[in-house]
Amino acid sequence: MALKLDSKIPSGPIEQKWDKAKFEMKLVNPANKRKFTVIVVGSGLAGGSAAASLGELGYNVLCFCFQDTPRRAHSIAAQGGINAAKNYQNDGDSIYRLFYDTVKGGDFRAREANVYRLAQVSVDIIDQCVAQGVPFAREYGGVLANRSFGGAQVSRTFYARGQTGQQLLLGCYQALERQVDAGKVKMFYRHELLDVVIIDGRARGIVTRDLATGAVESYAADAVVLATGGYGNVFYLSTNAKGSNATAIWRAYKKGAAFGNPCFTQIHPTCIPQSGDYQSKLTLMSESLRNDGRIWVPKQKSDSRGANAIPEGERDYYLERRYPAFGNLCPRDIASRAAKVVCDEGYGVGPGGRGVYLDFSDSIQRLGRHTIEERYGNLFEIYERITGDDPYSTPMRIYPAVHYTMGGLWVDYNLQSTIPGLFVLGEANFSDHGANRLGASALMQGLADGYFVIPYTMGNYLAGVKPGGVDENHSEFRAVKEKVSGQTRQLLSIRGRKTVDDFHRELGKVMWEYCGMGRNEAGLKHALERIPEIREEFWKNVNVPGSEGELNQSLERAGRVADFLELGELMCRDALIREESCGGHFREEYQTEDGEAKRDDEKFCHAAVWEYAGADKEPIRNIEPLNFEYVHLVQRSYK
Amino acid sequence: MKIILNIWRQKDVKSAGKMVRYEVPTVNEHMSFLEMIDVLNEDLTRKGEDPVAFEHDCREGICGCCGFMINGIPHGPERGTTVCQLHMRHFQDGDELWLEPFRAKAFPVLKDLMVDRSAFDRIIAAGGYVSVNTGSAPDGNALPIMKQCAEMAMDAAACIGCGACVASCPNASASLFVSAKISHLALLPQGQAERDRRAMRMVVKMTEEGFGYCTNTGECEAVCPKGVKIENIARMHRDYIKSAFTYREESTAGGAG
Repeated sequence: MALKLDSKIPSGPIEQKWDKAKFEMKLVNPANKRKFTVIVVGSGLAGGSAAASLGELGYNVLCFCFQDTPRRAHSIAAQGGINAAKNYQNDGDSIYRLFYDTVKGGDFRAREANVYRLAQVSVDIIDQCVAQGVPFAREYGGVLANRSFGGAQVSRTFYARGQTGQQLLLGCYQALERQVDAGKVKMFYRHELLDVVIIDGRARGIVTRDLATGAVESYAADAVVLATGGYGNVFYLSTNAKGSNATAIWRAYKKGAAFGNPCFTQIHPTCIPQSGDYQSKLTLMSESLRNDGRIWVPKQKSDSRGANAIPEGERDYYLERRYPAFGNLCPRDIASRAAKVVCDEGYGVGPGGRGVYLDFSDSIQRLGRHTIEERYGNLFEIYERITGDDPYSTPMRIYPAVHYTMGGLWVDYNLQSTIPGLFVLGEANFSDHGANRLGASALMQGLADGYFVIPYTMGNYLAGVKPGGVDENHSEFRAVKEKVSGQTRQLLSIRGRKTVDDFHRELGKVMWEYCGMGRNEAGLKHALERIPEIREEFWKNVNVPGSEGELNQSLERAGRVADFLELGELMCRDALIREESCGGHFREEYQTEDGEAKRDDEKFCHAAVWEYAGADKEPIRNIEPLNFEYVHLVQRSYK
Repeated sequence: MKIILNIWRQKDVKSAGKMVRYEVPTVNEHMSFLEMIDVLNEDLTRKGEDPVAFEHDCREGICGCCGFMINGIPHGPERGTTVCQLHMRHFQDGDELWLEPFRAKAFPVLKDLMVDRSAFDRIIAAGGYVSVNTGSAPDGNALPIMKQCAEMAMDAAACIGCGACVASCPNASASLFVSAKISHLALLPQGQAERDRRAMRMVVKMTEEGFGYCTNTGECEAVCPKGVKIENIARMHRDYIKSAFTYREESTAGGAG
């Protein structure tokens, strides 16, 4: 059955849509707000800001995170900054320009109305965070400082050294703890969502596992918000935290929430290259480094000389050569692909030729070591700690790595999924970044969704339903609890010969090889054969030690990998059908003469919206057509 | 190279624990310390033994999850480093190391090297914030802040809440953690309105949670992976003493319209 997708985009000029929507939304009066309970899963920028803001409004909020405290959420690792159309630099920025840059950066695969709203509320986010005491970088006169990021020709990125994500998250965590103290938010630590409970067609609660004790518990509510982040760990190696997982959104998908553009993944150009098979994750070096660092490879193939021994004339600054207008600050998908091309051609540096140089010597000469240290000191330290090399004296060696997923659960303009009462925020939804996210826009979107969108749209939803009515004793809760416990027991009963990580690594290799930076029909078809094989072996031969009723980290990973083994297949399926290249989705068959992504707007100017059809059935591909009334469809050019 | 690990194994919060000796014969100098334990755990799993539980998430030194004692030092011998960012090139072939969880009355051991640090959240909830509801903020540039103040606030705000300061302190005091938050907000104009209340409530909460008080040993500063300074503790003492004179819990006498 094809889904009826209603994006609920308000009518009227784009500048007025959000104001109009806010005015038309139903309100819940203050005395009634306390009768409603809202579950928020995830405590990062999106979930934390949502839980805090909903608590401030007077709703009863139950907030869940799998870590030991909400302040650990992976938003904390974002380094470079957060965009906002403040135009404090007087350099020509505006809400319209941020909107335009984001739609263009996303290669015309995002919804215009959502992106416009994001640009509009971006300015409020900065104000809110400053008021919370987020220590943003300042100029000597006391005003806020900005830096530049990829895909933009204005300076609109606000930052707190190389720890912007940390500081924004702490601001939001403190707001959340304030609501905990006020009794409006109840926080559940070390709780992992195992399933969403749907009663009479509405999301009415969740079933979780207490990771410290193993207890499986039910929680009922009037609405559920998922803000559980992205699924980059399907590739095994990524810049995500080890615990980042897709279980919440994947299990919601299997309960009827449609999945938008699963194949849209972002490969970040500047990460520290892999050093061995034992490698557990990849570390990002902030995009902000491209403000002052120049990317190059030797002009000679397989050049074995050290970086400093290669004279200026024998270096190829390939981004500056190919994209003179944006140079080292072209968008991420373009910079990553360009690195892959030079390495594939044999110009790469370091072990296996999988690396390019990011060189600061020019900037150090021009600005002095002190300035560079002030801007990027902590990033240089991270680099030195991991590699043992000093980036002040030799160029960094970097290579692209999986970083972010633009795809996610489909949501309408109100951030509601195809299941009524189930809202999806931040990286977990598919909404604002199209086929490629611009740097410093993830923090913006997470906080926009949580602080400034969901407080309105949640009220609108709750105003139309009666509070309460079901509790944890409802038969559906009992049935779901039984089902998830069954899966846990099954995982523990296999006692096979391979570890959970063995399977995860195997899946990751297939995904990186065939569904990574370059994709083609033959490779994707191969992956679609391999993944079900790996999955089948997983359920016969995985070894999950320990038991159910205890702290069991192997069991936690096993459940997450089981979901990745299904999600990976959907990503390949989506990538195979999308016979065009756009943003981070690069199909090798569809490129321009000079190797750029070639969109097919005739056939693919839409979001692919996947609907679960059952365990052994092929999922159904629905589409949401995208209309571009304001930003005209053109071939992206950063030249 | 080969590394010998003596690891604290404890089944759960109620059970007694003990040191167990393991050998990891295939350590590579580029591995991080946690990647070495990953290798050990894969090996234990294959042998049908229970892998070692340890806390970790981002593995890039910012989330604050990881942390245990290596030879009696939180996060190990390298200064300014979390254990996930500690690499094996700093060790020698044949080194024998002792790994234990962070020990403090307020941090019960959950399993092996994992402890419960939720007391930190309760201290933050007692007052470690600026009370400003979403939507009520003035323009970001309406409040100029001296660059130096912003930088000093950032130095304090860099705390990742790992708990190394508590584990290293002979009094198991959380003073460095608590003072980092008090300082971060006290150094900024946004934090002034609630400055007294914050200092009073957070310090009282720290004591209630079972942490000791500061006796200026300075171990915390030495082991802090983010270089948070004990001058913050001096600021906390001053704010706390001042608030004892100036701060009163709010009056219940209401009656507005």
